[in-house]
Amino acid sequence: MCDAMDIVTLKKVSEFEWEIPKAGDMLVPGRIFADVKLVRDMDEKVREQVTNVACLPGIVKASLAMSDAHWGYGFPIGGVAAMDPDNDGVVSVGGVGFDSGCGVRTLITNLTAKDVRPKIKEIAELLFKTVPAGLGSKGEIILSRSEADELFRAGARWVVEHGYGTEEDLKHTEDGGSLEGAEPSNVSETAKKREQGQVGTLGSGNHYLEIQYVDQIFDEEAAKRFGLKKDSVLISIHCGSRALGHQVGTDYLKVLAEASRKYGIQIRDRELVCAPINSPEGQKYASANLCALNYSYANRQVIAHLVKESFEKIFRGSEIKTFWDLTHNSARWESHDVEGKMKKLLVHRKGSTRAFGTGREEVPVEFRDIGQPVIIGGTMGTYSFILKGTDFGMKAAFGSACHGAGRSMSRTEAKKKWWGKELMQQLEKQGIHVMCHSWSGLAEEAPGAYKDVLEIIDAVHNAGLAKKVIRMRPMACIKG
Amino acid sequence: MDFEQFEHEADVGIRGYGKTLEEAFENGAKAMFSVMINLGKVELKKKIKIECDASNLEELFVEWLNALLAQASIENMAFSDFKVEKIKNINSICKLIGVARGEELNTEKHQARIEVKAATYSQLKVEKEKGRYMAQTIVDV
Repeated sequence: MCDAMDIVTLKKVSEFEWEIPKAGDMLVPGRIFADVKLVRDMDEKVREQVTNVACLPGIVKASLAMSDAHWGYGFPIGGVAAMDPDNDGVVSVGGVGFDSGCGVRTLITNLTAKDVRPKIKEIAELLFKTVPAGLGSKGEIILSRSEADELFRAGARWVVEHGYGTEEDLKHTEDGGSLEGAEPSNVSETAKKREQGQVGTLGSGNHYLEIQYVDQIFDEEAAKRFGLKKDSVLISIHCGSRALGHQVGTDYLKVLAEASRKYGIQIRDRELVCAPINSPEGQKYASANLCALNYSYANRQVIAHLVKESFEKIFRGSEIKTFWDLTHNSARWESHDVEGKMKKLLVHRKGSTRAFGTGREEVPVEFRDIGQPVIIGGTMGTYSFILKGTDFGMKAAFGSACHGAGRSMSRTEAKKKWWGKELMQQLEKQGIHVMCHSWSGLAEEAPGAYKDVLEIIDAVHNAGLAKKVIRMRPMACIKG
Repeated sequence: MDFEQFEHEADVGIRGYGKTLEEAFENGAKAMFSVMINLGKVELKKKIKIECDASNLEELFVEWLNALLAQASIENMAFSDFKVEKIKNINSICKLIGVARGEELNTEKHQARIEVKAATYSQLKVEKEKGRYMAQTIVDV
């Protein structure tokens, strides 16, 4: 399909960091955090997209790509850009995507793989029935218009106050599950209509609900502090802000297209339409986007509650808590060191996980001296990982890491190569019970259609952006 | 084939052809809904009117696709048949009035595949080549 990246055009900073030197309209250089093999395997489009982002007004330090970077729209997936509002910095839909707040929540249980294995089909079937997933699925919560506005403002806090979870869950959610500044009046009528009945639904595509166990520990001390033990069972939920977020992105793509023309912003790819953060259009998008981010926290909070109830039915006396909840599609205000001074920047992460180092107030007190937990979902046939953020990553990448394995093959190609049913049988033989809402959807998500997650994680670890703590192996996977 | 999907690393490309611009837009919509459902399984029981506008033809194509996605999601519909009335350019605003036909979504009957989140501006093109119109873009799934 596309050409592989021409490595000759890159400047090697270290074994795990490559620079696209500043040239032409670029305001800053580009930086790719990956080893030589991963960089060589990256699409040439990634280099082009990192370069295009480096030309956006107000970008600080560098336009970044993580080890799992692949060809996206506007930004590469795995792209990070921090914008300075005081230097004409912009906000762009392309830097967030159409599933704002998409992320992962991992739940921790007091069960071991041995406890769960004999009942794995039973629990998977119950979860499959309980957690709405797939095209057009609806949940049990129907919000009135005023309730929806309250949820947009308060996020996961609102659903917790209405019986779905505990205060402890919020403490272990990025931004406490509730970002300030969300303004429901900037969310369109269409978006509000599309939201109806979707809180607590998984969606489709690469979204999943997985039962996993800790199969390897890399950092005993951090694992202990995170409360993660060998063989203990975890549950991970990967989903986002559903149709609300899709519509917010869609609505503001049009608004920002007009704004780009109005403010005369030169963009090299139409998908990078943007508006100055301090313009009315930019402010409106940023605050509508916060509604979508809050919605995503609420969505995963409700799903976590449904998962907990299901586990308690099958495994009496089981205890399930939120370990960590994060988003990997976002634009949020963060303070970062810029030339020795702390500065408030709008950090866009498109397919990139926040991986703050030690001492940051955004990280709960009990983890603050270790670094932020970083959950990286792999594929249903391989592994997922939990890492910890580092102080090096704060300086090098605004505290950012990769977000997944990253696709290496198109969906069309994957469907030609694998049959859903056959894939399910193969995974069953490996001890991974898969349930899905769509056979073709399952084939598109075949583990072989992704890059090797071990290589991706090693690159992040070796680059020093985040350090490996544990590895998880799937036992059951429910695909949307 | 008057419509097709084309490859993109993470998402899906959709493309429609037509003797007229309107027909290319109609077939582009078919290409997008074929990502989500089996079009052949949809009965035409209900129609929904779509109106949208944009500053140029390419952005209009994205508006049309996104308006269809929004209506399908609000009305819980599976669409398989599309009609675009004349596309007009009034005071440099492109306007479109169209109709989508289908029935209430039934994931089993319509062999639901994956959800399209949005039509994007990525690889967006509307052009005339050898007397035939073509409209394409990448949809986010």
